[in-house]
Amino acid sequence: MKRRVLPGLPLALGFTLFYVALIVALPIGALIFKAAGLGIEDYWRIVSSPRALASYRVTLLCALGATAANLVFGLALAWVLVRYDFSGKRFVDAIVDLPFALPTAVAGIALTALFANNGWFGSALSQIGVQVVHTPLGIMIAMFFTSIPFVVRTVQPVLEDLDPALEEAAQSLGGSDGEIFRKVILPLLTPALLAGLSLSFARSLGEFGAVIFIAGNRPNSTEITALLAFIRLEEYDYAAAAAIASVLLFTAFVMLAVTNALQARALRYTTRG
Amino acid sequence: MKIALDKVAKTFETFRAVRGVSLEIGSGELVALLGPSGSGKTTILRMVAGLEYADEGQIFFGDEDATDIPVRERGVGFVFQHYALFPHMTVAENIAFGMKVSKVKRERTQIDARVADLLRLVKLDGLGERFPSQISGGQRQRVALARALAVDPKVLLLDEPFGALDANVRRDLRRWLREIHDELGITTLFVTHDQEEALDLADRVVILDQGRIVQEGTPEEVCRRPGSAFVMKFLGDTNRLEGTATGGRADIGGTVIDAQDVPDGKVELLARPGDLGWRTEGGGIAADVLRVIDRPEGRRLLARTAAGDTVEIDVPADMQVRARDSGFIEVRRGNVFPA
Amino acid sequence: MSAASSRRKPPRVGDAPAIRRTLIGFVLLTGAFLVLAPLLVIFQQAFSFGFAHFRDTITHPDTRHAIWLTVLTALIAVPINTAFGVAAAWSVTKFDFWGKRLLIIVIEIPFSISPIVAGVAYLFVYGLQGLFGPTLQSAGVQVLFALPGIVLASMFVTAPFVARELIPLMQAQGRDLEEAATSLGASGWRTFFSVTLPNIRWALLYGVVLCNARVMGEFGAVSVVSGKIRGQTNTLPLQVELLFNDFRRSAAASAFAAASILTGLALVTIVAKVFLERRGAGRRNQRPALAAPVVAAKDPTA
Repeated sequence: MKRRVLPGLPLALGFTLFYVALIVALPIGALIFKAAGLGIEDYWRIVSSPRALASYRVTLLCALGATAANLVFGLALAWVLVRYDFSGKRFVDAIVDLPFALPTAVAGIALTALFANNGWFGSALSQIGVQVVHTPLGIMIAMFFTSIPFVVRTVQPVLEDLDPALEEAAQSLGGSDGEIFRKVILPLLTPALLAGLSLSFARSLGEFGAVIFIAGNRPNSTEITALLAFIRLEEYDYAAAAAIASVLLFTAFVMLAVTNALQARALRYTTRG
Repeated sequence: MKIALDKVAKTFETFRAVRGVSLEIGSGELVALLGPSGSGKTTILRMVAGLEYADEGQIFFGDEDATDIPVRERGVGFVFQHYALFPHMTVAENIAFGMKVSKVKRERTQIDARVADLLRLVKLDGLGERFPSQISGGQRQRVALARALAVDPKVLLLDEPFGALDANVRRDLRRWLREIHDELGITTLFVTHDQEEALDLADRVVILDQGRIVQEGTPEEVCRRPGSAFVMKFLGDTNRLEGTATGGRADIGGTVIDAQDVPDGKVELLARPGDLGWRTEGGGIAADVLRVIDRPEGRRLLARTAAGDTVEIDVPADMQVRARDSGFIEVRRGNVFPA
Repeated sequence: MSAASSRRKPPRVGDAPAIRRTLIGFVLLTGAFLVLAPLLVIFQQAFSFGFAHFRDTITHPDTRHAIWLTVLTALIAVPINTAFGVAAAWSVTKFDFWGKRLLIIVIEIPFSISPIVAGVAYLFVYGLQGLFGPTLQSAGVQVLFALPGIVLASMFVTAPFVARELIPLMQAQGRDLEEAATSLGASGWRTFFSVTLPNIRWALLYGVVLCNARVMGEFGAVSVVSGKIRGQTNTLPLQVELLFNDFRRSAAASAFAAASILTGLALVTIVAKVFLERRGAGRRNQRPALAAPVVAAKDPTA
């Protein structure tokens, strides 16, 4: 019989499994059970109602927009932090984590105050006819804010570990800056970039606190799916809440699988690991 | 294409890596930069490539002052110590890279043909579609060389090209590199800390220590006529015996050795294990055997003289000798330097 | 003497001044507008009705209760979660067993799930229409709309935080030291405290700091399970929402006053993060991904 070398497995694993079962698996199981108990017809009716569909559209499109913005900003930020020196760099490097550390509700009201028609930015923007609060643009900005750290922090280590000899080799072979970036650097960053983007996208899909203040929450135009579930709950329509929440849960599982697969690939070109 | 360095110097922060180095490499020559770590050899190579800028001095390619020309325009082929192959490209794509980004427009078929030629040259036919992670270290180095050669460089520069490989692989690749050089006739400069490699491969060896050239010459010249104790010790196993010189002759523990041009006073005799012999009688330097070391190439004695010096002596494999035997060290040949 | 004598290093890709300035400018501008400005507006708004209003809001019984409830939740949830993270990391990195990869993935689940889903899920366990609801009610035990529910939901949301900081680190550190200690006769606890803990303390602290920040700031999940009863089951983030939705002119100032406390916490968290990252903790200093196999390159001779 195989004997374990180190002690403590029964206690540690037992506690771990107990905790996971009670805190994580049980609630998820209960939700799935509740949603499954609705029957196919009712379930389908709820999740494909016009209002639900509108909420999926709003949530998905805004998340895509926020993620696309994060692709550009996150990549640029990672590049600047790794490759350049400038005064205040350490401060910028630290403040990048603010969206991660700041409670979502606080982020929500801060962004709302900034972009409201009498806010610092809102007043200037409304003069050129751009409305942020109570529009999908506002939702996108809120989602963008909360997922800033994800792209940057995933790309940064890979960029730091990039072998300088690869760039020198490409230069010695006659490549221009643009060619080297396109053909050598970017392909090597792409796995990490994709992993960061999928984390960012997953976060944006489920974001609640930062979004609901700025969104205006008008059904069919600025209502996100998470809020729809919440509203059904407040209406005591538990069946609908379960169904909508199960859609979000399913999406989360899919994103979890995608992110895990991408994260495994993200490091395959680095010198370590 | 000949290369000339004129009083080139480079300082990193406070560390003076290269001090006033002047060197000429003839067209088609294969020259080794040999020296211990920190001797500046890699820095010199990178300055010739344009991967570092010289703080002082000039670098000439042919008659042209190349000191300020950026690396991508110098037309050098650089082979890195750890290959620096692009991990996301196949072997064929790696080799083709220089041609694809070149200002000279080449047809796709031309590029493919040249890649195939190069794969054949480096004996890696058929491996074009593999990725660097799927081939061995020795194969990767050959791909790196093929990639550097693909752009028809005027000069080939190699930075410790075989340093990361096993001894057997190193020896094979060394031989093969010499063949390629002879076939292509390209001016080649390579950096190594392995004296065997330098002596085996190069037309000329340039020995560096602490940023300066201490000696340069053909392998025969540096081996037979080492210019300093440092060169002698660096190039191979060296025994050191003390003595005194008077009037051009040195007295080493009773034996007299010719020592022209050596000033009177304390001297050290440096001799290879093969330059010494062991006798049980007949005079020489008295010594006791500490250990007998047997190797495939022969037998070596570890002995200590009365004066306390420890020496290694190559003897015939069938010589009857044991540890704790007493006898005499015979000095057949040696280089005398001021102590 | 050549002109290169004054130059330092050949330019790398992207070092050209035009590109450098554009990128730095773009990044700083966007950062100023979308990261720094929100931070500044919080404090500006908090004092927009004067210091007296700020002070009154902070010391108001409802706010004080919200602060107390938030801190209490953290004091319960964070230590338990930390114990879980340590136990999970110990199980997964020092032993091999069937289902190990699956366990790691399950632990990561809460990280991807919307906090609303977490709240709704807990509702369906402990609420009246949930699994245990009727039983709990007849036993007179209050889970939802009370502290236990808030604590449980917070623990769900932050379950992976400590574990995901420890697992990659402990995986990289291997089992050699623990095996050596055990072979010398040390018990499990002794081994853990004397051998393992010193090596993971910064990463552990890092996980605790992040977990705490998230617990204290959690909004979506707690919105669902707390019932939002003013003065009783409002955590500080919920209290901020309550104040913000008030109809009075001073609503924003009150809300931001309460929010400034949470913002101060966020800033402390960032400072702690920087401090700990300098000691080697954090994702940036670990390379292998949480559930990914470590690829070792095999190098056969030519």
